[in-house]
Amino acid sequence: MTFDPITAAIRFGSGLSPRFAPPSDLDALLDQARRPDRAAEAFPIQPFEEFVHRMAEYRTLVKRRRDTRGTADFEAARKAANVYNKAARQDAVRWMGHAILRRTRADDGLRERLTGFWADHFTAFGKGGIARWGGSSYVETSIRPHVMGRFDDMLVEVIRAPLMLMYLDQDRSIGPNSQRGLKLRERGKPAGLNENLAREVLELHTLGVDGPYTQADVTQLAELFTGMDVQPPNGFNFRRNLAEPGAETVLGRTYGGGQATFADVEAALRDLAAHPATAAHIARKMAVHFVSDTPDPGLVQHLEARFLATDGDLGQVTQALLEHPAAWSRDAGNVKQPFDFVASAFRALDLGPEAFDGINERQALALLHVPMSHMGQTWQRPAGPDGFPEEDSAWITPQGLAARLRWAVSTPAILIKDLPDPRDFVETALGPRAPDAVRFAARASESVREGIGLILTSPAFQRT
Amino acid sequence: MTLSRRAFMALGCSAAASPLLTPVALASAPFDQRLVVIILRGGMDGLGVVTPYGDPNLATLRGPQRVGGRGGHLDLDGFYAMHPAMAPLWPMWKAGQLSFVQAVSTPYRDKRSHFDGQDILEAGTQDEGGTPARDGWLNRMLQTVPGLRAETAYAIGQGEMYLLKGAAPVSNWSPEVDLSISPQGLLLADLIMHDDPMFRDALAEALELADGDGTAVSDMTGGESPQGTMNAMQRARGGKGHIKVAEFAAKRLREDSRIAAFSINGWDTHRGQTRGLERAVGRLADTLMTLRTTLKSEWKRTTVIAMTEFGRTVRSNGSDGTDHGTGGAMILAGGAVKGGRVLGDWPGLSEADLYARRDLMPTRDVRAHAAWVIRGLFGTDRTALETSIFPGLDMGDDPGLLL
Repeated sequence: MTFDPITAAIRFGSGLSPRFAPPSDLDALLDQARRPDRAAEAFPIQPFEEFVHRMAEYRTLVKRRRDTRGTADFEAARKAANVYNKAARQDAVRWMGHAILRRTRADDGLRERLTGFWADHFTAFGKGGIARWGGSSYVETSIRPHVMGRFDDMLVEVIRAPLMLMYLDQDRSIGPNSQRGLKLRERGKPAGLNENLAREVLELHTLGVDGPYTQADVTQLAELFTGMDVQPPNGFNFRRNLAEPGAETVLGRTYGGGQATFADVEAALRDLAAHPATAAHIARKMAVHFVSDTPDPGLVQHLEARFLATDGDLGQVTQALLEHPAAWSRDAGNVKQPFDFVASAFRALDLGPEAFDGINERQALALLHVPMSHMGQTWQRPAGPDGFPEEDSAWITPQGLAARLRWAVSTPAILIKDLPDPRDFVETALGPRAPDAVRFAARASESVREGIGLILTSPAFQRT
Repeated sequence: MTLSRRAFMALGCSAAASPLLTPVALASAPFDQRLVVIILRGGMDGLGVVTPYGDPNLATLRGPQRVGGRGGHLDLDGFYAMHPAMAPLWPMWKAGQLSFVQAVSTPYRDKRSHFDGQDILEAGTQDEGGTPARDGWLNRMLQTVPGLRAETAYAIGQGEMYLLKGAAPVSNWSPEVDLSISPQGLLLADLIMHDDPMFRDALAEALELADGDGTAVSDMTGGESPQGTMNAMQRARGGKGHIKVAEFAAKRLREDSRIAAFSINGWDTHRGQTRGLERAVGRLADTLMTLRTTLKSEWKRTTVIAMTEFGRTVRSNGSDGTDHGTGGAMILAGGAVKGGRVLGDWPGLSEADLYARRDLMPTRDVRAHAAWVIRGLFGTDRTALETSIFPGLDMGDDPGLLL
């Protein structure tokens, strides 16, 4: 098996569309992730370096609310904080809409899918305050520009991202013998390492859970990480007075020892990125995500070899994925994850920005966010730093499938003004792959709405 | 007119021809006791729910409490009184099927974040500053049970139940995802999924579940309107969804399920606590009543544990609310419970008695009570409870929670 346009659009892109032809060859497909990012221009999402100002402003408002408690000014302070928070929350919903529109009204599906994959690999979200609404900005700034770049560059970018530092508690970690640590301990206050980020970097981001590291490596890396902190509105800030003095040894290599700087952290991250265990971990994960829960071993080896040969050039690794015959096998492919399903359904229906006119925040949540939660994928909120599950069996559960069917027969009918004739839509959505049973269902359904819903819920549409 | 799937089949569709009627296999469960775990998300104010009105410091911290009479707290034992919105549970209390544990908490301390607090509550681990285990304690308990089937345990409702996440097979269902499609649509859905076993089996089970929760799967008008679906989804966010969840749980527990877990939200009462707490307590009371009513004869074999990520500050915060605290309360209900008691070592509310001079001092690990319940219900080995299910826990003496 080799490249075919339909599989390219469905398995590696945003799906088929009545507006855009599928990519004609491998170069055209790769070009979707290489060329200038027109989708981001058309449907903007606030970059994190701007979003972080909101965090600073909100902190000021919250402080005022706290300081005015019990005074006449409290009510006004409370309102101001609420209004500010609400605006950010509404923007977060709008950005979810833009993420959908980038898939329906732009033609760079490969970039969208790679962004989704890497955003999940480097899961991070705000746990409280206004940071809760910054998930899209994090992805926009720390993930999206790097999906065809070098893995170590993305890793360094992600590890210093404020949302990641907060999500995995790095901003709580203090070198016990740092200036600040000594001072706190003198006053009888707790001051110590928090290993959370260091552990996940080794276990999830680089080497993998079966990788060749020990608890000692985790602790040493956690010591090396001390100093990384978040300070809105500047975002990332390396604070030397938090850094544990002395050199640290991770996987047998020694870092730091002089005056602590972020460069020591960066050196360790780049070495971890170049480790063969990282290449094996990433290769397998990409093959599982894009092709099959049980990928062809030859495909995994091919990706791994390319990762190693190119020092983790992700453009090259992506190309390796797409040029391997096993990536194009027509055996039943993966089940689409809920967001990919919802967005590809909208792409087949050619949903445009006007569909969201007059839809308020509450309705948008009821039409998109709540149903995706029922399908098992709460938008930008996986249960843990290991991201959403890859196994098809985690998605096609009784509840998950019922939620897909319920969504497919209702939401499109609300958002799309003129639903297409199901007999035509079956060809638009599935192309020449449409099975006879689905063609029959498209003809035999009692209403347009159900016909569309059934086509979208068919395994032929649900699988890539 | 609505028409259930079975009625539709009876109207002339040959049941034999339809794989939609494939029943969910009924397995003999490995045990007969029922356990329901309710996560009270947001941080329940234990002092407001089971109020120590006999503590002389309470009035200074929270204002005077009205106990007895219309709209007042209900006196439990001369020291504690329960929230007025729990009035429907009074007979349950009198029957010895409801008890409370005061001044308990998880090992989580100081940061007081909902997110981390709930993670630790559901992971069942110590607060070690790192990511807690990737599976939940109830799942790890299930991993010790041989011959388990997915139907044995149900995670119910929208949102993930971390508590039940893990290697042991568990089912999920949310009554909110009721299928809503015409009879013809159902037949066509089966047709298009027939050749893909994963889809076919999931659909068959979904129909079984949707049909079994009291609402019709399909109706003659071709399903509810899209707008109706949207309205239903919106309603479910704030309305009586908790009752549907409790009904569904009880129905499964009457059949082959033995364990159910779900959440009740809305406990984060930073302001307007009087009204907010009344609503949340009301939902909890509705839920317990619905479980008892729907479980019928199985209620006598049932234990319900309701637990929260942390308690709230002992002082009101100046906007008729309370902020995130430490020590809190746990609620136990069910026919298997040795109830009618408020348990726990009361630490007192004087300044010196408080945790960090602001929170109720936890006097026991809430996990110890959960562990003793599990041991009492399922005979789980103590070593397993203290090492793998609740790592680092010292169960201490048996508080005698069950009959």
